[in-house]
Amino acid sequence: MNKKLLGALSLVLILSLISGCTAKTTGNQDNGDTIKVGVNYELSGDVATYGQSLSDGVLLAIEEINKNGGVFGKQIQPIKVDNKSEDTESANVSTRLATRDKVVALLGPATSGNTKAAIPAATQNKIPLVSASATADDVTVDSNGNVREYIFKTCFSDSFQGVMMAEFALNDLNFKNAAILADSTSDYAKGLSKAFKETFTSQGGKILSEEAYQAKDTDFKAVLTSLKGLNPEVLFVPGYYEEVGLIVRQARELGLDVPILGADGYESPKLTEIAGKGVLNDVYYSSHYSPMDDAEEVVKFKEDFKARYGKEADAFNALGYDLGYFFKDALERAGEVNSEKLKDAFASTKDFKGVTGTVSIDENHNPVKSVTIIEMKDGVPTFLKKLDPK
Amino acid sequence: MKKNIISFSILTIIYFLVKILLDIGIIDSYLQLNIFLIGINIILAVGLNLITGFTGQFSLGHAAFMSIGAYTSAVFTAKLGQSFIVAILVSGVIAAFAGIFIGIPTLRLKGDYLAIATLGFGEIVRIIALNIDYIGGAIGFNDIPQYTNWTWIFMMTVATVFLIKHFINSYHGRACIAIREDEIAAEAMGINTTFYKVLAFAIGAFFAGIAGSLYANYFYFIKPDSFGFMKSIDILVIVVFGGMGSIEGSILGAILLSIISLFLQGIPELRMVVYSVVLFAIMVYRPTGLLGKGEFKLWKKGAERNVSIESK
Amino acid sequence: MEQLLQQLINGISLGSIYALIALGYTMVYGIINLINFAHGDIYMIGAYVGFALTTFLGLGFFPSLLISMLVCSILGMIIEKVAYKPIRNSTRIAALITAISVSLFLEYTMVYFVKPDTRTFPEVLQSKILTLFNGKIIIDLKNIYIILITILLMAGLQYVVHKTKVGKAMRAVSLDKNAAELMGVDVNKTISYTFAIGSSLAGAAGVLVGVYYNTINPLMGVVPGLKAFVAAVLGGIGIIPGAVFGGFFLGMTETLVSAYGGSVFKDAVAFSILIIVLLIKPNGLLGKTIKEKV
Repeated sequence: MNKKLLGALSLVLILSLISGCTAKTTGNQDNGDTIKVGVNYELSGDVATYGQSLSDGVLLAIEEINKNGGVFGKQIQPIKVDNKSEDTESANVSTRLATRDKVVALLGPATSGNTKAAIPAATQNKIPLVSASATADDVTVDSNGNVREYIFKTCFSDSFQGVMMAEFALNDLNFKNAAILADSTSDYAKGLSKAFKETFTSQGGKILSEEAYQAKDTDFKAVLTSLKGLNPEVLFVPGYYEEVGLIVRQARELGLDVPILGADGYESPKLTEIAGKGVLNDVYYSSHYSPMDDAEEVVKFKEDFKARYGKEADAFNALGYDLGYFFKDALERAGEVNSEKLKDAFASTKDFKGVTGTVSIDENHNPVKSVTIIEMKDGVPTFLKKLDPK
Repeated sequence: MKKNIISFSILTIIYFLVKILLDIGIIDSYLQLNIFLIGINIILAVGLNLITGFTGQFSLGHAAFMSIGAYTSAVFTAKLGQSFIVAILVSGVIAAFAGIFIGIPTLRLKGDYLAIATLGFGEIVRIIALNIDYIGGAIGFNDIPQYTNWTWIFMMTVATVFLIKHFINSYHGRACIAIREDEIAAEAMGINTTFYKVLAFAIGAFFAGIAGSLYANYFYFIKPDSFGFMKSIDILVIVVFGGMGSIEGSILGAILLSIISLFLQGIPELRMVVYSVVLFAIMVYRPTGLLGKGEFKLWKKGAERNVSIESK
Repeated sequence: MEQLLQQLINGISLGSIYALIALGYTMVYGIINLINFAHGDIYMIGAYVGFALTTFLGLGFFPSLLISMLVCSILGMIIEKVAYKPIRNSTRIAALITAISVSLFLEYTMVYFVKPDTRTFPEVLQSKILTLFNGKIIIDLKNIYIILITILLMAGLQYVVHKTKVGKAMRAVSLDKNAAELMGVDVNKTISYTFAIGSSLAGAAGVLVGVYYNTINPLMGVVPGLKAFVAAVLGGIGIIPGAVFGGFFLGMTETLVSAYGGSVFKDAVAFSILIIVLLIKPNGLLGKTIKEKV
């Protein structure tokens, strides 16, 4: 009994001692010859797949930059932390990065929710934060319409993609009746379906039904069967490739052969793997880049990524990779390692050329970049059209 | 009396010390955030300890009450423009009503069955919150005014500990402990067991609501998934780690687990693996928790289909 | 009408998966009264073993299924010996938290080694679609396999539990461990067997789900694990036909709720039904009420 108590207490003592030590070493570390940057992603928890993909991309970019001599002759030191896919933890680790590790900028997190949780840490400590995948409209603009000074994103906003796909369905495909099947647990899917619905109905279309699934579901047959009964002309399925792959597969199995529309969450070689080559037809989505793009830097990125991680790159990897170079680009223009100047450099980004397209930052800290609509033909993504930003 | 004066002066010193350190910036925002989190966790854990540790009712849905409090507070401060004190109190009261509402039917259940029913309740609250557009649904509730400061956290934490300690030492508290020790015997002694179980549940829920309110008004942003099953488990882990039926244990547990968690931030890929091993080691070497008072008779009885697992 | 029939088929195929996982859950609970949260993760590991065997070694469906069941049964026994045996005499809540820690350990060790990415299972079973009523009703042959295997495993389990000596020992231990020990039953061995059998069922479920839905990931066990536990409780925990019944019941409920416009709330409805069933019949739909003795 006493032994056990003693054991427990000494364990606790050791743990607190170690943690005390680590806190000290990170706090006092000299950052004279390296440039510290915070890489805050979902490495565990529900959305770890996307967080890890993005962080793999970011780290690959930073490795390359360092190999080529870094910035201002200094090496970039990425400080990678895990936010457990929890918003509290995201706030916690970003504050740590900002105050203890004294990073010059925060890259990440992956989802809009976790990014919003990290906003106070960035704003209060005056450190710029850039997310490459937080698509919600209110990440960069607060509820009163004021731009958040230190927050940037390099991906499309939900409203932009939702409106585009609704117009695509109405004007290019000439459909008037649509049904929505959205991931009810995802802010991304909710944002997209809201924008899609508003545009589609305001321009004369009709939404027959709005159904939902939950992330990590694997069986969608019930809801697909009932959607089939409604005979929609087109199905809008905002979500990520993991579930969408299964939805396409099961829809086709059940004989629901209508076109399926979505957004950049589809962009992954896994979509074809999961759905199966034969059935992945009549699927359209908006994307940042097309994997069949044969531009030199895209090919090089794909090869380098495969060599480094042993798998095919997907859109999240590419967005992360671009984020790394986006940071480098701004840092070079800032002229010195200074958060304040870096923020201004981010805001004034013009025609940054990455593998996911050419990006300029607008006055709302959103990217102005052209969007590609991709059609899946027998599981092969094919370029359909490119829309330039308005 | 003398003891009271001493603890009062210690608390006052702690309060002013931290306040001064905060004001002159020795405690940076990282440390501040974690101190606040510890405070919120203490409130949650002490409340759950009343339900689980003292009254012996197994709850896996405590985060749901926190969620109700957090959303109530967010609506009251961000949408209705009420003052923080009103928001805190309303959050607590609404969470307490939710506790009564779910407690009256489910508290007839015992052991694992109650656990699974409260788990179900937690999930239901989460799913409902995900689908109410007024509070943002899955998108979350953004731009909640930040009212929570050290004074609020400190006052609420001390008040929670003080009130629950007094409750436990009162006639009512002893009734709750009697229920934990032997429900049938307690009933035979004339204790209205349903009333006391629901009461404990309501009080625990009330403080969880307050914790939720403090949380929402500190972090600016809440979303339904922050108050899921894993959050309930986190709170339960604090209670068990610190010691069932020990208020001091819950406080110590909240502090130590936060330190462990901070230490694990340095090894992002392995943190959950290490965390699970630490948890496991504690449960094996000290299943009663750090300050637990020996073995309880708690839950040796399981469900009505009495399959005893005890060898004593 | 055809739509309803189709939905019933969907419900049965979903339910059979819950039933399959619930079988192992209910056995373990029946014998040591522990909500084995790690059960869903053993199911996940079963799926990964099946994935490795079919993808890297090119084995067929049945050999992979059997090897995966074997690996999971060994894993189950190890988990029981290392993690659950030391806490067998502590409080229920300590046991519960231990189970959660084992679950987290399995999940994140897998995340560490195989990364959180979703993987796709190779097509080891030919997908063949049967259509009835002029194509209005569609059944996948894989569905029929899964339902048959579930029923076969349930029958096998019933046989083991009710007709063999090991089964008799299991029932004795679940009723009264001390008395069983006094009667010469090796309690440790019996519990080990139970874990082995329960975990091998989880392994089988993992491979079947991998084949059926063709995607697996390290966190795939969390939600089905919880649902299967709900199914086991619905049917009456510790009762083998109850688990299967609960599984089908849950699958059917979720399907019908989704079918009639409630897809947003399908899980909420499932949990509400669970709470209602617990209140009306705390021992589950197939459970017998036994009065607590003082």
